[in-house]
Order: sequence, then C-alpha cells, then structure tokens
Amino acid sequence: MTNIIDLTLDELANKIKSKEISSTEVTSAYVDRSKSSKKLNTYVEETFEQALKNANKFDNKPNFEKKLPGIPLAVKDLFCTHNVRTTASSKILENFIPTYESTVTQNLWDAGAILLGKLNCDEFAMGSSNETSYFGNVISPIDNNLVPGGSSGGSASALAAKLTPATIGTDTGGSIRQPASFTGTVGLKPTYGSCSRYGIVAFASSLDQAGPMTRNVKDCALLLEVMSSFDQKDSTSIDFKRPNYSLKLNKNIKGKKIGIPKEYRVDGMPSEIEKLWEKGKEFLKECGAEIVDISLPHTNYALPTYYIVAPAEASSNLARYDGVKYGFRAEGENLIDMYEKTRSQGFGDEVKRRIMIGTYVLSSGYYDAYYLKAQKVRMLIKNDFDEAFKKVDAILTPSTPSSAFKIGDKKDDPVSMYLNDIFTVPVNLAGLPGISIPAGLDKNNYPLGLQIIGKPFDEQGILDIAYSMEEKINFKLKTNDWWIK
Amino acid sequence: MSKDQYLIEKNGNKYEVIIGLEVHAQVLSESKLFSSSATRFGSEPNTQVSLVDAAFPGMLPVINEFCVRQAVKTGIGLNAKINKKSIFDRKNYFYADLPQGYQISQYKDPIVGEGTVVLDLPSGPKTIGIERLHLEQDAGKSIHDIDPSSTLVDLNRSGVALMEIVSKPDLRSPEEVNLYIKKLRSIMRYLGTCDGNMQEGSLRADVNVSVRKVGTDKLGTRCEIKNVNSIKFMQMAIEYEANRQAELLEEGNAVDQETRLFDTKKNQTRSMRSKEDAHDYRYFPDPDLLPLEFDDQFIENIKKEIPELPDQKKNRFIEKFRLTPYEATILVSDLDTSKFFEKVIEKSDVKLSANWITGELFALLNENNLEISESPISPENLSKLINLISDGTISGKIAKTIFEIMSKEDKDPNIIVEEKGLKQESDPKALEDLIQKVLSSNKDKVNEYKSGKDKLFGFFVGQVMKESKGKGNPQMINKILKEKLNG
Amino acid sequence: MTIDLKTVKHISKLSRISIEDEKAKKLEKDLNSIFKWIEQLNQLNTDNVEPLTSIAETTLRLRKDQIISKNIREDILKNSPKDNKDYFVVPKVVE
Repeated sequence: MTNIIDLTLDELANKIKSKEISSTEVTSAYVDRSKSSKKLNTYVEETFEQALKNANKFDNKPNFEKKLPGIPLAVKDLFCTHNVRTTASSKILENFIPTYESTVTQNLWDAGAILLGKLNCDEFAMGSSNETSYFGNVISPIDNNLVPGGSSGGSASALAAKLTPATIGTDTGGSIRQPASFTGTVGLKPTYGSCSRYGIVAFASSLDQAGPMTRNVKDCALLLEVMSSFDQKDSTSIDFKRPNYSLKLNKNIKGKKIGIPKEYRVDGMPSEIEKLWEKGKEFLKECGAEIVDISLPHTNYALPTYYIVAPAEASSNLARYDGVKYGFRAEGENLIDMYEKTRSQGFGDEVKRRIMIGTYVLSSGYYDAYYLKAQKVRMLIKNDFDEAFKKVDAILTPSTPSSAFKIGDKKDDPVSMYLNDIFTVPVNLAGLPGISIPAGLDKNNYPLGLQIIGKPFDEQGILDIAYSMEEKINFKLKTNDWWIK
Repeated sequence: MSKDQYLIEKNGNKYEVIIGLEVHAQVLSESKLFSSSATRFGSEPNTQVSLVDAAFPGMLPVINEFCVRQAVKTGIGLNAKINKKSIFDRKNYFYADLPQGYQISQYKDPIVGEGTVVLDLPSGPKTIGIERLHLEQDAGKSIHDIDPSSTLVDLNRSGVALMEIVSKPDLRSPEEVNLYIKKLRSIMRYLGTCDGNMQEGSLRADVNVSVRKVGTDKLGTRCEIKNVNSIKFMQMAIEYEANRQAELLEEGNAVDQETRLFDTKKNQTRSMRSKEDAHDYRYFPDPDLLPLEFDDQFIENIKKEIPELPDQKKNRFIEKFRLTPYEATILVSDLDTSKFFEKVIEKSDVKLSANWITGELFALLNENNLEISESPISPENLSKLINLISDGTISGKIAKTIFEIMSKEDKDPNIIVEEKGLKQESDPKALEDLIQKVLSSNKDKVNEYKSGKDKLFGFFVGQVMKESKGKGNPQMINKILKEKLNG
Repeated sequence: MTIDLKTVKHISKLSRISIEDEKAKKLEKDLNSIFKWIEQLNQLNTDNVEPLTSIAETTLRLRKDQIISKNIREDILKNSPKDNKDYFVVPKVVE
C-alpha cells in the first residue's frame, strides 16, 4: 500500500470512509513526520497532542458523510483558531489566544478535519519569501537555504514536504500562488468575496482572500468546496451559488478560448519561463482549447498600484495593534510613549515599512496624488480584464518571473522583492480567481508554475483547465527528505 | 441691527458672534451601528462589548438597518436632502477608547445633505441651516479619576451609532444655541430617533465660535470647543470664548485656530494639549464595507412612519384650538408636554387646559425640578379638575387649592371636593341670603356706593366671599350683587 | 517627490511607531526608492476615470437590529496585558 503521507486529500477521504485506514493512523503519520521536520521551521504552533485526541474521538464515533472525515490539516497562522495561539508570525501577537474561530477554518472543522498546527508565514502576510517572520525564516523542502515563497511560505513548505496532506493560505498579492509555484504545488486564490474574511488577521481588506493549497487540482477543488461559503459576518462576502467544484471537475475544455496577454512578456524574463509558457499553450491546444492573443494594457502599472493600495489599507488595519486590548505591550511613560514603543518593538521592519508607506499615501496633501490615483488605475486594470473576458474564457500566464531564490538574496532591495508578484498582483486588484499549477523545472530543478486566471466566480472554469493541463504536464514533485532528522 | 442682538463690546467696539454646532446624537436602537452588542446606558463596564467592538484581529463591521432608517428619518424631520448613496470612511487616529485605531464615519458622501431647523425666537421665526447629517461610531470611555496612575477604558459605548448633525454657522447668540439644541432635541424625540438625554450623554455638541466686528463680512478664525454636554455649559463656553477672542483681537493679536475644551470647574475654555498635532485623519473609504444604497421606496416607507412634528403640531394647535403662538410653542416644544396636553384636552376645555399646564403645572414642576414625565399630577386627574371648573362645581380659586393638594397626592379631584366639602356655592337663594346679610350690615357703605363710589363693589364681593367661606360662586355673586345694588 | 528625514519622522509620529535615527535614515532611503518606482503611475492620464470604490460585486447588506453578542467581558479582557477584570488599563492620559 502507498505510504499514508503520499496519499492525496481525495484518496485519504475515500480510504477513511471505506475504513481502510483510520484518522488516528493518518494523524500519527503526519505528526511524526512534522516532528522530524523542524529544520524547515514551518510550524509556529503545534497542536499534535490535541490532534491525536481528536483523531481518536473521530475514530470512536466516525462520520463518513463529511467531506474531510478525520483528516488532519495544518493552517497558515493568519487564521484565528479558538483557544489555539494565533500570531500572524508577529511579536505583537506572540501570545495571543483567540476566543473565536475564523469562518474558513470553522468550515474545515465542520467538514470533519482536525487541526495539526499553525504554519509560519511572512509577518502579517507581508512578504514574498517568508523571510520576515518573527519566528524565523521558513526553508523550502526543494533545497536547503531556498525560500519557499511568501507570504504563505510555511504552508507551501509544509505541503511540499508532506507534513500536511493539504493546507490553506491567504493571498493578497500572490501569497498563495507564488509560493505554490516555488514549491511545485497547487495554489488557488478565489474570486474576491468567495471565502469569508471573518476571523482572518486582516492585511489589505479589498485584496485579501483565503484559498486552498494542495498537491493536485482535484484536492484543490475539494478543499475550495469546503472553504468557500457566504458569511453574514463579512459585509464583503458574496452570496452566489457555489457548485460542488470537485464533483463537477471536468477535463473537457474543448472550444475554450484562452487568452495570452502580451504585456506579461516582461523584459529580462528568463527563457525557461518563456519556454514553459509556450509549452503551456501547446498543452492547451492539445486539450482542444483555442489560444487567443489579448492585451491587458495597464499591466505594468499593477505593481505600483498594489504598493499604494495594500499598504494604505494595511496601515489602517494594523492600527488596532496598540498594546491596549491584547498582544504585546511595551511599558511607556504615557499613552503615546506606550504606543510608539509597543509598535516599534512589536512590528518587524517590513511591516513598519509598509505601515509608513500606507500612512504617507493617505496623509493630508498626498491622498489625491497617491491613493485616489491608485484606485483609478485599479479601475483601468479591472476594465482591461473585463474587456479581455469578452473575448476569452480564461487567461494563461507564468506564475512567477523566476524560480525560488536563496534566502537573503533579495533582503536589501525591497523593490526587487516586490517584483516577485508581478504576475499575481493584477489578479487581486481585479478581484478575479487565479490558480497556479506546477508546470516544469528550471535548470536547477527548481519548480516553475503556470497561472490560469478566470472570470469572476468561474473557479470551476479555471479548475477544469488546470485539471486538464495537469494531466498533460504530469509534474512529479520530488524531494529527498534531506531535512528529516 | 436689532437692539436685542447679542454682541461683545470691547473698548467701544462691537463684535458679532458666529456660532456653528456639530451635534452628536446617539441613535435609539437595540444594537450598535456595526456590531450586535447592546446599547443600553449605565451597564457594568465592558459588559456590552462584542469582539467587533473591541477590534480583535479578523473582526469585521456589518451595518444595522434600523440605524440607517433612524438617520433617514431624522433627515426627513430636518427637511433635508436624503442621499440614496453614501460612503463610509475611516477616520484614522490613536486613542485609548478607540480600539480600531480608526472611527468608521462618513466624510465626503454623507447619508443626509442640507436641511433646515426653525427657531421660535421672541422676535419671530429664524431658520438655521443644516449642512449635513452623517452616521458614525461612538468611542468608548476613558476614565481618569479612578486610578491615580492609570487611565481605565470602558468600551460599552464603543460602536454605538451616532448621528452627527452639522449646522451652518447661522447661530448668533447663546440663546439661539439654547433654542436650537432644544428644537433639535424635540424633533428627534418626536421621531423617536434619539432620546436627547444630555445627562446620559445621548446628546453632546462641539461648538465652533468665531467673532467679527459688526459691519464686516469676513468670518473670523474659529475655535472648536469639544464635547460640551449641557446647554448651560455651551452657553457659558460661548460667552467665555467670544470674549476671549474679542479681547485678543482688540489687543492686535490674531486668534489661533485650535481645538479647546470647556473646563467646567473654572468655567473657561482652554487649549487641548494632546491634539497639538494637526488632525491628519487620513480619511479613505472603508474597504470592509460597500457604498450604502437604498431606493425611493425605502425613503417613502420611512416617511409614512413620521408622526406630526413640533412645527406642524404648533400650527394645528393655533388653527384648530385657537391657541396663541406663544402658548402653542410652549406646548409642543417638548414631546412629553405635547402628549400630556393632548391627553388632557381629550376631555377638557382647550384654553383652560393650556392655561393650567403652562401656568400652575409648569410652576409646580420648576419648583421641584421635575420633568413633565415625572409630574405628580396625572393628565387624567388634571383633566377632571379642569372639568370641575368648567361645569361650575368649583371656582378657579378653589381649584388652585385642590391643585396643591393633588400635587402632594395624585388623587381624583372629585374625591377631594367631596372629602373637603369644597363645592362652590352656586345656589342663588343661598347666595342671596348671604348678600343680603352683607348689605344689611354695611348700610353706610351701600349708600356711599350708590352715590358714586364704584370701587366699593369689590369690598362687597370680598365680604360675601368671606361669609361663604370662600365657596361662593364668584360669577353668581357678581350677578346677584349687581342686581341688588343697582336695582 | 522625495521624502526627507523630517517627513520620515512625521510619518512615524502619525503611525505611532518610534524610530531611531539610524533606522530612520535607512527608511528614508528605502521609502525614496519605493516611491520613485511608484511614481510611474503619474504617466497615466486618469482624468475621466472613476476610482474603484469596491471590488465586491454586491450592495451593502443591512443587518437586523438585534442583540446577538451578549456579555462576554471575560473573553474581551482575557488577552489584556494588564490584570483587571473590569477595565482595560493604560498609562494615564492627560487631556
């Protein structure tokens, strides 16, 4: 029989339902492997004992109607979990224990899943390499000293290293798709409003979305089905009919029109990525899809737009971390002194940098020039996609402009770090669904991903395209457990 | 320029005072504006605080429909433009009682636009312009005087819905401010959108004051006096501030635009230290919310719920009941008073009711510092008392005696009349006998009267009253006396 | 638009984050390079473009006026840095 940890989410669910394996067996396997993988530094909070207890409980009184019956999952430490420490990988929330649960994780537990632990990420989801966490860098299982991507770096690394059968992350500018691409896994950011933001530590409210991170497309569809729901407690949650994505998953994409945006061919793009993109087009044609050249004229302005809008919203969302109600507090001579010391000591450099950018672009005299301007450009970017989707059903692009880089490579130049998100950011700005699937390897055998962008609420459409491409690509993620102790 | 104009005089120069008010009125609702915790006043600290109110990570606002309706209703009561689309913005600043580090408010696109409020000045009606009304969250409370070395924070009030009503700078005196606040309060109490209870903090105001030399057009630099929670303090603050500013100008100095507080112990305004940094609130549309939109039908449905408002009621009282404008104004100014009056006149004469309420009852209430809702005499019993006068059972004078008895114990006046035998004597035969007795015992005076000393009539009336132990029906006595003396 | 040290200090005050001079200098450098890059937006003419006010394609949902969150004071104060069962406690504020 296949090793438990090699089973996909879908396979696990089936084998548990058919009583071939128990929740306890599965959970123990993952707990053991996680315990031996500390080198990767993927966990911030381990809930192994409780997980085993819950697994036992499930086995004694199983419910096989559930979609994730007794399946252990670790989740990004941005989701508030009841009575389980939630830190957003920040010192300022180092000892914060929520008395409430996020809607998305509640959906997981309601579907029968069991919490393995909370996964490391970039502090407050700000970063593209998981090098800004208060709890230290996450290492990619692909190679020592390689970044896993970010901000959901801990999630991607744990997933690729098989420390969890699947996981969930959040994506504000590419934080699910980019690490998925770097680690050879599948990551999906749903349409804005699909997954509830209630109980997720907020970064940029108009961009944040939770999403599944899995080993294959089928698992992704299943997990999305569980995660996505209409939530009254989130005013930006949308009430639309959510299909059973995994049941409806379909490889037949004959006649679908796939757009190739010319502006995504950026200067200095490594030839490997160009080749990968071409290969992707070929695969799609083989599946019976039609390739259409399109233009998204304002693509180049997406990153600067993002780096105005996201920090602006973040500067306001992070104002609540003031040491008054919860979290870290530094002693101060008076209230203002306390605020200044608390936030200076509690936040890391990248977070402080973004708060400063955000405060500046909203400040008196600059609002029109920056924030208002950015919101207008955002409209132009969205219009680009709306126009394109009149001609095509989906859009194919590379996920990232390069494969994973070494830890420390981009530390000194914030702008070069930001450029990692060049292909993913426009999707958040336009609120569209996007999925990254592993598509090949570069000359160092590091994974490269391709991204499929869909129309609003057409997650099924991009899942189907990804599903058919996945078969053609036949990517096999190989890691040699070099980090296991 | 009327001689009643409120002016500040310094060194022979006269200064006009320009006042604008930003009134913060707590919306009457069960739960808060963006969260579902309770709004009741006076609860134990931090027992009406939800996770959203305390700004825990991941918490999100969801708007209360009823608060939206209350704001629209108030807008209609202010004859204002209702904006079918409005935006919620974040007003960013740091303070201990502001858990989010921002207040959700409305900046450029408020829910209600321009409107008017009419003041009933003695010299005639004056229209005060309303600039706008918007919805926003109230902050929690910082308590500085329990612990000497710390400030304690209670978030019960954090998130309660406020309507901020901004007036145009049309007010010119402390008295106008008094009338404005009372009118605003009255309208909202009639509508049921705010209880206007200033002691509990349901109504507070920021007062903007500037001065300018009479005859000039340009507005002076204004100062904002924040968070004044009683009309009396507002008036004192305005007077102090206007004088302060006029003096500065007289000395050749400029008035600095600043935010001040009214010190209720010293009765002075002073500059607020903590807010020296320019208010850079960095307003931007709240990305956790969407634009608020509703249609004409929504507004129409609310219009249907609107009761008769003070101005309309006043006009109706004047036209239908022939009350004087003065009487009508007093009777409608307060919702409870108008309810009391309308209850009494269900069964009693309108004029008499108006007189008794604005006269005897108000005097009683003022003496004992009571609101009409705390009146020791119920409207039903007052009505009965008035009816006893109307049907001649008692005289007005006796009624006053009974009224005093009722003020100590809200008894049915009919019972008091019975118990104390206070029925007035209206039997003509009995009165004739008394009158005859008096005339017989005062023959010389009768002669004096007959020879022209008309004033003595009053003497005879007095004597008859004395004989009747005050119970004689005055009209009857007059009538019979006249007949006897002139016949 | 160049950002000088004075501006950095002003922004840090507005955001209530204290910053030592050395870090302020580095921040000044970082912010300037970031803003130089951001300024490319000025190349675009957006005169007749409406700003995107909301990406969610729906209208603001109105909630019923009901009290759902009752007294949860213990939970509210549970993570508070200071031990007080009734209030949040902060250093004295002078107004």
